[in-house]
Amino acid sequence: MSQEPLLSLEHLSAHYVSQQGTRVVRAVDDVTIRLGAGETLGIVGESGSGKSTLALTIMRLLPPAARIVGGRIMFEGKNLVDKPEAEMREVRGKRIAMILQDPMASLNPLFTIGNQVGEPLRVHEGATRANAWQRAIALLKSVRIASPQTRVAQYPHEMSGGMRQRIVGAIGISCEPRLLIADEPTTSLDLTIQAQYLNLLRELQREHGLALIFITHNLGIVAKMCDQLAVMYAGRVVEKGPVARIFNAPAHPYTKALLGSIPRMSDNRRQLTAIDGQPPDLSSLPAGCSFAPRCPAAFARCRAEAPPEFALDDGRTARCWLAAPGVAQSLDAQAAK
Amino acid sequence: MKQYIIRRAGYSLLSLFLLSLTIFLFVRVTGDPIALLTEPGASQDDIEAMRHQFGLDQPLWMQYWHFVASFLTGDLGQSFYYRTPVLDLYFQRLPNSLLLAAVAMALSLLIGIPSGILAAVRVDRFWDSAGKIFALLGLSLPQFWVGLVLILVFSVYLGWLPSSGSGTFLHLLMPAFTLGWYFAAAHMRMTRSSMLEVLGSEYVKLARLKGLPESLVIGKHALKNALIPVITLAGINLVVMINVAVVVETVFAWPGIGRLLYEGVTFRDFPVVQAVVVIGGSMIILVNFLVDILYALIDPRIRLES
Repeated sequence: MSQEPLLSLEHLSAHYVSQQGTRVVRAVDDVTIRLGAGETLGIVGESGSGKSTLALTIMRLLPPAARIVGGRIMFEGKNLVDKPEAEMREVRGKRIAMILQDPMASLNPLFTIGNQVGEPLRVHEGATRANAWQRAIALLKSVRIASPQTRVAQYPHEMSGGMRQRIVGAIGISCEPRLLIADEPTTSLDLTIQAQYLNLLRELQREHGLALIFITHNLGIVAKMCDQLAVMYAGRVVEKGPVARIFNAPAHPYTKALLGSIPRMSDNRRQLTAIDGQPPDLSSLPAGCSFAPRCPAAFARCRAEAPPEFALDDGRTARCWLAAPGVAQSLDAQAAK
Repeated sequence: MKQYIIRRAGYSLLSLFLLSLTIFLFVRVTGDPIALLTEPGASQDDIEAMRHQFGLDQPLWMQYWHFVASFLTGDLGQSFYYRTPVLDLYFQRLPNSLLLAAVAMALSLLIGIPSGILAAVRVDRFWDSAGKIFALLGLSLPQFWVGLVLILVFSVYLGWLPSSGSGTFLHLLMPAFTLGWYFAAAHMRMTRSSMLEVLGSEYVKLARLKGLPESLVIGKHALKNALIPVITLAGINLVVMINVAVVVETVFAWPGIGRLLYEGVTFRDFPVVQAVVVIGGSMIILVNFLVDILYALIDPRIRLES
C-alpha cells in the first residue's frame, strides 16, 4: 500500500449534537483508516459502536442532527468533507455506492425493478429510458437473477428477500463504482442465501475491481470476506490491521473478548462467553479509555488517560496502553516485584 | 374476507338505519310545518286537509315506515314547500354543489399538498411553523365567520367580487376558498405527517445514496408513497363537500345541496331535510365502506383481525 490509497479517513469525527447543544454524542471519533483499490475492509463492533454512522459519514448523508466535526475523507485524491452537495451527489452512487441493511425496505414499493435499477444510470450517465432499461436487464443478469427480462418489469413485492438484496446489489454496481459499502447486507437473510450473496459480492468485487467496506457484527463473515479489519468500540477504531494477524493474536482486549465470544461447535462449555457490562453511553464517555470499565486488563493509566493509536510492528494499530512501546515489559516488571 | 365484507356491510346498514331514524325524529322536533305553510287565517278544516295530504295525521311509526319504504323504492316524496318531487330538487341543485366541491377540492389539494411537502421537508423550520398556523386557522375558524370577513373585504370594501349568488366564475371564488381552506388544512397536515414517515424510510435513504438530486428523492420516491393516504382522505372529503357545505352555501347564497338543506330546515320541509341527509349520509357511509374493503385488500393484517 505504498501508492496513494483509494480511500483514506484521517482523524475523522462525526458527532450528534442535541438541539440545545448540551448533549454531544461522539458517534465517530478520531477514525483513521486507509483502504487500497480492490481491497476489502471489514468493520466490526457492537450495535451502537458507530459503524453505520461511519458509513453515512463517508457518504456525507448523516441525519440532520449529526455533523462532521473534524478530519478528512480523502477519496481518489479529493477531500469529500469539503465537497459541495452538488459534487457530492456525483460521487454517491457513481464512485461510492452503498447497500443498506434491510433489503425488504430499501426498494420503493411503487416503482418497477427496472426503473429503480436503471435510475443511477439515468441520473449519472444521462442514459435514455430505453437504454437504462436494457442495462438494468444486464445488471439483473450479472447479479444472477433468473429470467431478468420478466423480473425487470416487476415490483419489489413480487420478489423474495434474497432476490431483493441482489437487486439492491445490482443498483450498487450499476455505475461501476470504485468503492462499495455494504452495511450488514446479509443480517436479514437466511444462512444459505447469505452464503450465496457473499459469494456474489466477492465475484462482483473481482469482476469490477471494487474496493469493499463490509460492516458487520459477524466475525465469521469477516474471516471469509475481508483482507483488513477495523474493530470499533464507542465510536473509535480500537484495533485495525490485516484480518489474519488480528484473529491470530488480537492486541486489544476488546478484540480478544469479541473473538472469545464466538461459540464454537467443538466447545463443550454450557455457557456462552459474553463481555461483562454494557457498551458506554456515547454522550458521557469515561475519562480514559472507553473500554476500561469492562476491560479485564485495565490498570490505573487506562482510567486516567485515553490511549492514542499505537502502531505495532506488523502493520497493525491498537488503541490500548498495553500496546504502547515498553508498557508490556514494565508491567511484567511490576508483576515480578 | 367474505365474512369481513358482510360484517362491514352490516355496520353500514345499521349506521344508515340509525341515521334515518334520527333525522326523521329530529325534523319533527323543530315544529309543525303546517303553521308555516298555511295562511294565518286558514280554517281548521283546511289545516286538517293539508295535514292529511302530507300524511302528518298518521301515527309516527306509520310515517317512518312510509318514509323508509318509499325511500327504498327510490321515491323521496314531495317537498311540502315547493310541491315538487324532492329528487327533482336534489338533482337541480346537485350540479352547483358538484361545481363548488370540485373547485374547493382542487384548491385544497393545490394548497394542501405542496405546503404539506414543504412543511415535512423543512420540519420545525419557518415554513413548517407557517403551515401550522395556516392549518390551525383553517381548522378552527368558523366558516361563516371566514365567509363574512371575505364578503366584507372583497365585496363591501374593495368591490371586487359579488357577495352572493351564482352564475359566473367570480361568484365561485369566495365560497370555494371558504370551503377549501378547512380541507386544505386537513390535507396539508395529512401530507406532512405521511411525508415525514416516508422520508424516514429506507428506500428514500437508498434514493439519496444513489446520488439522486433532492427533487427526484422528494418528488418521485417520497411523494408517490406519501400521497396514498392523502388521496383516500380527499376522496372521503369530496363526498362531505358535496353534501354538507351548508354554512358556506348559506352565507354566499350558493344554490347547492347545502343550501337546499338549510331551506328545508327553515321551512320545516320534512321530506327535503330527510332526503338530503339520508342521501348524503348514504354516500359517506358507502365511501367509508369501500375504503374499508380497499384497505383490507391492500393490508392482510386487517383481514386477519376479523
